[in-house]
Amino acid sequence: MNSADLANLSDKLMLTTVVMYIIALVAYAADMGFGRRGAATSAVAKASVREKAEAKVLVGAGGAEDVADTAAPADEEEPEGSRFDWARLAVFLSVLGVGAHLGVLVSRGLAAERWPWGNMYEFLTAISFAAVTAFMVVMVKYKARFLGVPVMFAAVIALGVANIYLYDSVGPVTPALDSYWIAIHVTAAIIATGAFTVAGAATVLYLLKAREDARGGAPSVALAHVPSAETLDRLAMRVTMFAFPIWTAAIIMGAIWADQAWGRYWGWDPKEIWSFVTWIIYAAYLHARATAGWRGRKAAILSLVAFAALLFNFFGVNYMFEGLHSYA
Amino acid sequence: MTDIWDDVKESEPESGTRAPAARQAPEEVPRPSGIGPLGWLRWGWRQLTTMRTALILLFLVALGAVPGSVLPQRGQAPEKVVAYLDEHRTLGPWLDRLSMFDVFAAPWFAAIYILLFVSLAGCVIPRAGKHYRSMRARPPAAPRRLERLPQSARFETDTSPDDVLAEARKVLRGRRFRVDVSDGAASAEKGYLGETGNLLFHLALLALLFALGLGNLFGYRGDVLLTEGKTFANSLNQYDQFTPGRAFNDGELAPFTISLDDFKATYETKGSKRGQATGFNAAIRYRAEPGGKDERHDLRINHPLKIGGTKVYLLGHGYAPVFTVRDAKGDVAFRDAVPFLEMEPRNLTSEGVIKAPDARPDQLAFYGILWPTAMADESGKQIVSAFPAPLRPVVTISSFKGDIGLDSGTPQSVYRLEGIGRTLQPVKDGQKLLEPGETFKLPGGAGSITFEGLKEYATLSVNHDPGRVPALVAAILAVLGVVASFMVRRRRVWVRASAGEGGRTVVEVGGLTLGNPTAEFDDIVTALRGPEQEPEPEADQDAGDQDAGDQDAAADQNDDAEPESDADPESGPATESKE
Repeated sequence: MNSADLANLSDKLMLTTVVMYIIALVAYAADMGFGRRGAATSAVAKASVREKAEAKVLVGAGGAEDVADTAAPADEEEPEGSRFDWARLAVFLSVLGVGAHLGVLVSRGLAAERWPWGNMYEFLTAISFAAVTAFMVVMVKYKARFLGVPVMFAAVIALGVANIYLYDSVGPVTPALDSYWIAIHVTAAIIATGAFTVAGAATVLYLLKAREDARGGAPSVALAHVPSAETLDRLAMRVTMFAFPIWTAAIIMGAIWADQAWGRYWGWDPKEIWSFVTWIIYAAYLHARATAGWRGRKAAILSLVAFAALLFNFFGVNYMFEGLHSYA
Repeated sequence: MTDIWDDVKESEPESGTRAPAARQAPEEVPRPSGIGPLGWLRWGWRQLTTMRTALILLFLVALGAVPGSVLPQRGQAPEKVVAYLDEHRTLGPWLDRLSMFDVFAAPWFAAIYILLFVSLAGCVIPRAGKHYRSMRARPPAAPRRLERLPQSARFETDTSPDDVLAEARKVLRGRRFRVDVSDGAASAEKGYLGETGNLLFHLALLALLFALGLGNLFGYRGDVLLTEGKTFANSLNQYDQFTPGRAFNDGELAPFTISLDDFKATYETKGSKRGQATGFNAAIRYRAEPGGKDERHDLRINHPLKIGGTKVYLLGHGYAPVFTVRDAKGDVAFRDAVPFLEMEPRNLTSEGVIKAPDARPDQLAFYGILWPTAMADESGKQIVSAFPAPLRPVVTISSFKGDIGLDSGTPQSVYRLEGIGRTLQPVKDGQKLLEPGETFKLPGGAGSITFEGLKEYATLSVNHDPGRVPALVAAILAVLGVVASFMVRRRRVWVRASAGEGGRTVVEVGGLTLGNPTAEFDDIVTALRGPEQEPEPEADQDAGDQDAGDQDAAADQNDDAEPESDADPESGPATESKE
C-alpha cells in the first residue's frame, strides 16, 4: 500500500471508530438505564466478592473449592432470559472501536512515515484513543463499566471536533517537531491526558452521586447502577495518581526537548504556563484530598478545574495565543 | 490528635486520609491571646505551614501564572508589550505598575512562590527528621487485639511459641520487613520508601527552584543574526539582543567564533502541504578559542552546538539581498547583504531598508520588499510570493534622499527608516522592480542601486545556563519521588504466639496497610502456617462483616498514598499495646 492508500484507510477507519463509539455509547447508556438488576447491585460489589474469594484462596488451599462455588454464580447467575444484554454489546463495540481507532493511528503514522501526532487532528485522535483505552483498563481492573457513558461521550465529541474542525491531510511535520522527543514527550502527554479524562468522568459522576446522596430519597434511575460516591471518589483519585506522575514526566521531558530546540528549558511560553497551571491544580487536588475540610466536594471541584485547565491548554493555547507551541 | 493508624480501627471513613496534626487547618489551632510577639510568630508559622495555607498558595501560583499567558510578556516578546501599551493608553500603565508584563519576575509572584516554598520546607524538613527516626526506631509493638486489624488470621499449631516467632522473624526478614521480637510477639514494618519518595519529591522541587535561580543569576542568553559568509565572535557588541543574568559579568563569555558558510532550507514541493518547511540546515565553521582549530558543524533545529558550557541554537532564518548603492558621483556608497524580516511566514515575503549614509551630496536610503518566488496575483495587478524558496526572487525598491539621521547619535533600528517626510524625502518616480543583477538609476542623477543577488541568514541563540544540569537532576528525582510515594505503602505485620489449650500454640497474625489489604499478608500467613495446616473458621480477611458493596470502600478507607497524609509513626497502635 502506498501512502495515499494508507491515508485513505486511516480516514475510513476513523469513520468506523466513530460509529462504533456512538453505538457503544448508546449501549452503555441503555445498560445504565435498564440493565439487568443483578448487574445493578454494581459491578464493584461483584469485584469485591471476587477479591474476597481470591483472598480466601490465598489463605488456605483447602478452602479453594467452596470459594470457587460462591464466586462463579456471582458472575454469571443472571439468566439471559428475555432481557437484552446491553453491557455485553457495549463492551464488544468498544473493543472493536478501540481496534479501529488503533488502526487509524497506525495507518496514519505509516502513511506519513512518522509518529502520528504531528498536528492537532492527530493529537486529539490520539488523546481520545488514550482516554478510551484508559477506560477499558479501568473497566477491567475496577469493574467500572459505569464510566462508559461519560468517557464514550467525551471520545465521540473529541473525534467529532477533530474531524470537523481540525482535520488535516497527511503531511510532514514542521522541522521543530522533527525529533525523537515527539515520541517521548507527546506520548506521555497523550497518556496522561487520556487518564485525566477518565478521572474527570469519575469525578463528574462522583459529584452527581454525592449530590443525590446529600438530598436523600430514592436514587434516580440514571445513577442506580453507579457505585457509592466514596468508591467513585477513590476511583478518580487512583486514576489521577496514575496520570499525575506521567504528566509531571511529560512536562519535564518537554523541558528537555525545549532545551534542545529553543535553547532554554523553561521560557513561560503559553503552553508551558498552562501545563504548569494544570500540574499545580492537580497537585492542589491531591493535597486537598488529604486535608480536613477540603475532602470530597471541594477536592472534586479542584480536580475538574484542573481538567478544564488541561483542556484549555489544548484548545485555548493553540488557537488563542501566539507561542512556540502554536502548531495549529 | 489521633493519626491515621489509629483511625484504621475506627469506622469513620473520613479519617483515613487526614493530614498529620501539624498540617491541620488553622481553625483547629486556638487563636493566641496575650502570648507576646514570640507567640504570634509561632502562631504565624503554624498558619503558614498548614496544608490549607499551602493549598491556597498553590492556587494563587496557578492563578498568578494566567496573566503571563494572556498578556504579552517582556521576557518573551518585548515588542508586543510596547504595542499593547500603545493601544491601551489608560489600562496599560496600570497593568505595567502591577508587573503584569513581567509576571514571572514580578515581586508579587515571587512573594507567592517563596511563601509556598517556605511553607513546604516548614512541613517537609521536620517530617524528614521524623521519618529518619522512625526508620531507625523499633517497629511498634503489637496491639493487644490483633483480630481488630483490617487483616488478621488465627490458627493453632504444635510448634512451640518461640519457634513460631523465630519462624515469623525468618519469614518477615525474607520479605524485607524490619522485625523486632519482644513480649511473645514479632512486630514488623516495611514500605518506608513511600514516605521517602514523598519527601524526595518535595525536596527535589525545592532544589529545582534553586537550580532555576542559579541559571537566572549566572547565565546569559543572546540572539544574533548571521548572514552567509559572515563571522560572529562571542562578545557583547556582536549581539542583537542580550539578556544577562543578574550576577553575570561579560568576562565569562567563551571566546569562540562562528562563521556561517551556507544556509539551506528545504520545503515540501507537492501536495496540499506545498511550501511547508521540511528542514533547515546551517553549515557553520567554529573555533572554540582564538587560534584554535576550525571545526565544521551542521546546525539544525533540535541539534544545537555545544562549545564548552555554551550552547548555540538555530532559531530562525531569512533572506538578505545584496545591494550596491552608488551616489551621484558614481562612487560606491554601500555594498553589503541586508537582512530582511519576514512579513508573512508562509511564502516569506520580506521587507528591509538599505541605508547609504556615505552617499554624496545627499544621503540615500531605500525601502525594499522581497518576493522569493514572485508572481502576479489573481487580479494580475499585484505581486505575491508563491513559494518560500527563492525560485524567482524580485525586489521592489522605494527610494529616499536627504538626511538619514544617523549622525544625530540617536540609535536607530536597522529595519526602519526614520524621518520620512521630514529629513528624508521620497524620490519622485523612485519606485522600481528589480531582478538579480539589475540596476535602477535614480531619476535626476541622484545615484543608483543594484540588486546583486540573494543570500540567506540564520538567527542563532547563544546561551549559557549553569542551572541546566542541576535542574534536570532535581526534576528526575522529583518524578522518581512521586512515583515511589504513590506506589509504595507502609505495611505493618504482627505475629503473636502464645500457649493455648492442650499444649498447642495459638498464633495470631495482624496486618495493617496504608491502603488496600495486601495479598502479601496472606502469603505470610500461609508461610507461617505451613502447607499441612487446616484453615481455621475464624480466619477473616476483613475488619467487619460489611455488605459486599461497601467492603471495598472500607478495606481501603486509608487509600492515601497522596502527599502529606502519611502517619505519625510514633503514635501508632503501639500506644494501645502499652495499656
